[in-house]
Amino acid sequence: MENLISKIKEVNLLGRSGSMFPVALKWEAVKSSNALRKFVICNASEGEIETFKDYYILKNYPEVVVEGVNLAIAETGAEKAYIYLNKDYYKEIAAVLENFIGENIEIVEKKGGYVGGEETSLIEAIEGNEPEPRIKPPFPSYEGLWGFPTLVNNVETLYCVAKINQDEYKNERFFSIGGDAVNKGVFMLDKDMTVKQVMEDTNNIPSFDYFLQIGGGAGGTILLPGEIEDKIFDCLGSVVVYNREKTDPYLLLERWVDFLLEGNCDKCTPCREGLLRIKEMIEKKDFEEIDDIFLVMGDTSLCPLGKVAVNPFKSLLTKIVFKNENRD
Amino acid sequence: MKIEINGKSLTAEKGEMLLAVAKRHGIYIPTLCHHSDIKAGASCRLCLVEADGKVVTSCSTKICEGMVVKTDTEKVKKARKINLELLFAQHEEECDDCIWKTNCKMLSLAKDFGVEITRFEDRKSHYPVYNFGISLEYDSSKCIDCRNCVKICKKQGVEFLEIRKRGNLKEVVPSEKENRDCVYCGQCIIHCSSGAFEAVGEFEGIEEPFKEKEKTVIFQIAPAVRSTIGEEFGLPYGEVSTKKLVAALKKLGGDKVFDVSTGADFTTIEESKEFIQRVKEKNLPMLTSCCPAWVKFVEFYYPEFIPNLTTVRSPHIILGGLIKSYYAQKEGIDSQNIKVVSVMPCVAKKHEIGREELKANGVKTVDYVMTTREVGRLLKDNKIDFKNIKEEEIDCFFGEPSGSGVVYGASGGVMQSAFYNISGEEADFKEVRKGLRVAEVEFGGEKLKLAVVHGLGNAKKVLEELKEDPQKYDYIEVMACYGGCIGGGGQSVPTEEDIRRKRKEGLGRAGDEKEFRKAKDNTRVAGVYEGFLDSDEKISGICHTKYKRVKKNEN
Repeated sequence: MENLISKIKEVNLLGRSGSMFPVALKWEAVKSSNALRKFVICNASEGEIETFKDYYILKNYPEVVVEGVNLAIAETGAEKAYIYLNKDYYKEIAAVLENFIGENIEIVEKKGGYVGGEETSLIEAIEGNEPEPRIKPPFPSYEGLWGFPTLVNNVETLYCVAKINQDEYKNERFFSIGGDAVNKGVFMLDKDMTVKQVMEDTNNIPSFDYFLQIGGGAGGTILLPGEIEDKIFDCLGSVVVYNREKTDPYLLLERWVDFLLEGNCDKCTPCREGLLRIKEMIEKKDFEEIDDIFLVMGDTSLCPLGKVAVNPFKSLLTKIVFKNENRD
Repeated sequence: MKIEINGKSLTAEKGEMLLAVAKRHGIYIPTLCHHSDIKAGASCRLCLVEADGKVVTSCSTKICEGMVVKTDTEKVKKARKINLELLFAQHEEECDDCIWKTNCKMLSLAKDFGVEITRFEDRKSHYPVYNFGISLEYDSSKCIDCRNCVKICKKQGVEFLEIRKRGNLKEVVPSEKENRDCVYCGQCIIHCSSGAFEAVGEFEGIEEPFKEKEKTVIFQIAPAVRSTIGEEFGLPYGEVSTKKLVAALKKLGGDKVFDVSTGADFTTIEESKEFIQRVKEKNLPMLTSCCPAWVKFVEFYYPEFIPNLTTVRSPHIILGGLIKSYYAQKEGIDSQNIKVVSVMPCVAKKHEIGREELKANGVKTVDYVMTTREVGRLLKDNKIDFKNIKEEEIDCFFGEPSGSGVVYGASGGVMQSAFYNISGEEADFKEVRKGLRVAEVEFGGEKLKLAVVHGLGNAKKVLEELKEDPQKYDYIEVMACYGGCIGGGGQSVPTEEDIRRKRKEGLGRAGDEKEFRKAKDNTRVAGVYEGFLDSDEKISGICHTKYKRVKKNEN
């Protein structure tokens, strides 16, 4: 039988959390370690606004996901796996998963806010600490849970692995479409589709004036209708549709900043202070100094949250707010 | 491993952090929240460099083979500047009343980076000040959220400082839990990046001891202050400046300046007697008690070990008691007219002098405790030129202290003094783990295990070991602060690992200069026993105390 990791490599499976990290590399790192203990974590924290593809997968294909988890345990030689589950659907999905898991899989309810879904934060949470990100490197594949090599994969990634193992993987990807979309839902399509194709295939090209947010309703980037043609999903498979007429960009900015302020960990200066200053700027509608904040958040934040948080603000401001107000 | 920094090829060890490598090769990278005692938190984001084209924090980035590093690219400089401007926006400046007044890292970086410190509006002006007992104060409006204090408090095994969420922001607060209390070690003060912690009375009321002109003011200086006070005036780390300090304190208004090291000789003699007694009675282990933060730690967190604490008072309390009794009597001064001021490396001593059971004949033995920092400030405020002052000899009413009385100020000093006093031999200590040294000795036909611990977190581990195996150690010296009193919470800032080492070396040199090493060879001390401490009752009134279980906020 062909080695599973080679098969994953062959199809070039990339992390479906949106990290786009080559999955085989993580698996190899954990597998090749001689550590006394190893662990697997299935990340089902799904903290992005208006994104529900992991929920959909867990609800509809729980046995496939659990199979993926079991394959990860077997392949890496891990002693145990954890499924780290979003608290909004913890009860419902845990009850479903119970039917498929063995004793070597434990379901853990997510702690904390948005940053609690970051891979090292959830490791902290499982260890019983505050869900706050660790300094990387070391990456979890080398030093994860209690310092032991730990494979952390998204729900969809593990789903794909199970499919690859059964030779049934057909380049599928799950796209979550929400917001003001006329045809909301989660759709299984080809992973290489452009944003436009995804919208067309799901009957979601709006008849009204719109803009989209790709990659999550908090950390995603704003795209105008003219930009969707060639854009592929090099990020989380999530589309949020906004009806331009009905959407007050300032309210949207405020919603993001409040969500991120609530959900970050306040550990590092640029993210903690930068978001606060962005909030202040939104209130004053004065963005004179915002490029400096973007610079430090984007380049010097401790974890991906602060870095990703620049996307929505920068793209909405430059593509819509400043254009509306005839700024540069 | 080979890496390249700013075009220069350098060698480094695998696993080293970039910042450490740069420092070792004399390449400057600005830092703020970095401290040698704490694992990098990478919070302030000022030690940025570009490594292989990526902006990273050098404090938390391990080197890898062939890494190409640039420490001063335009991008890095710009990002550091903005991050520092953001830090200033959460820091209420109170520069006049700050322990970093003359060597503030934030201000000096601001100057280097060309930072506008008021670029963003201050956001913490309404944040509260917290008092911890009578020793410590925390002004949360100055906090820059680096969390060094929380980490060091946890490392001390105290866990009194916590992170709490208020609204959508986390902040550092004292714990409200009933089973958590401050023990006043003051390590938060010297590990804080932004001067948010200080001793009570560090600024206000500092002139208090000199207000009543008719009183006789007697200073007594702790062992560990002599090799650190010079730092306040830019003297090299570890330089011993006892005689300068004596002259400066006299100028300040001190009528006499005594040496707490002599008090240490009394402590040693009493502790030796108690130990011999306890060995006979098999009432072991015995724990030292001259560190008041450690005493409070035992009283609050481990009351089951109270009976193990030696009943001997700490050196400055004994000497203070003798000043107000024996000395006062000899000199014909009413003890009510004497103000005793202890110059201490410690903020817990401020709490200690308020303890009821440490009075002697109903009188407070020590009236004021001033830290090394406070004395430094007071001398500067009074424009006393410490560096060039004409040196004066310390007053020797109680005699020259022994050499071992002087080394009380560094971890291991108390134990060395006591054991040397008892046996005339040096115990051979070996480091068992970080913060714990152990020696096996023979005494009175018995094999005994001596332990020396510094850092309360390390002491906590030893107590846990004793719970498992009460015979694990027989005599344990504990100092709450890293390196002992030379790393005390009242010492000058910065206090870092290499600085503590130099302070310790300086103290060792001061001890070696003394004519004799054994406490009991101190003839003047022996004279005090003959002429004054001539009954058990008198000895007990001046030299011994008792302890009690304490609840939160009780003292």
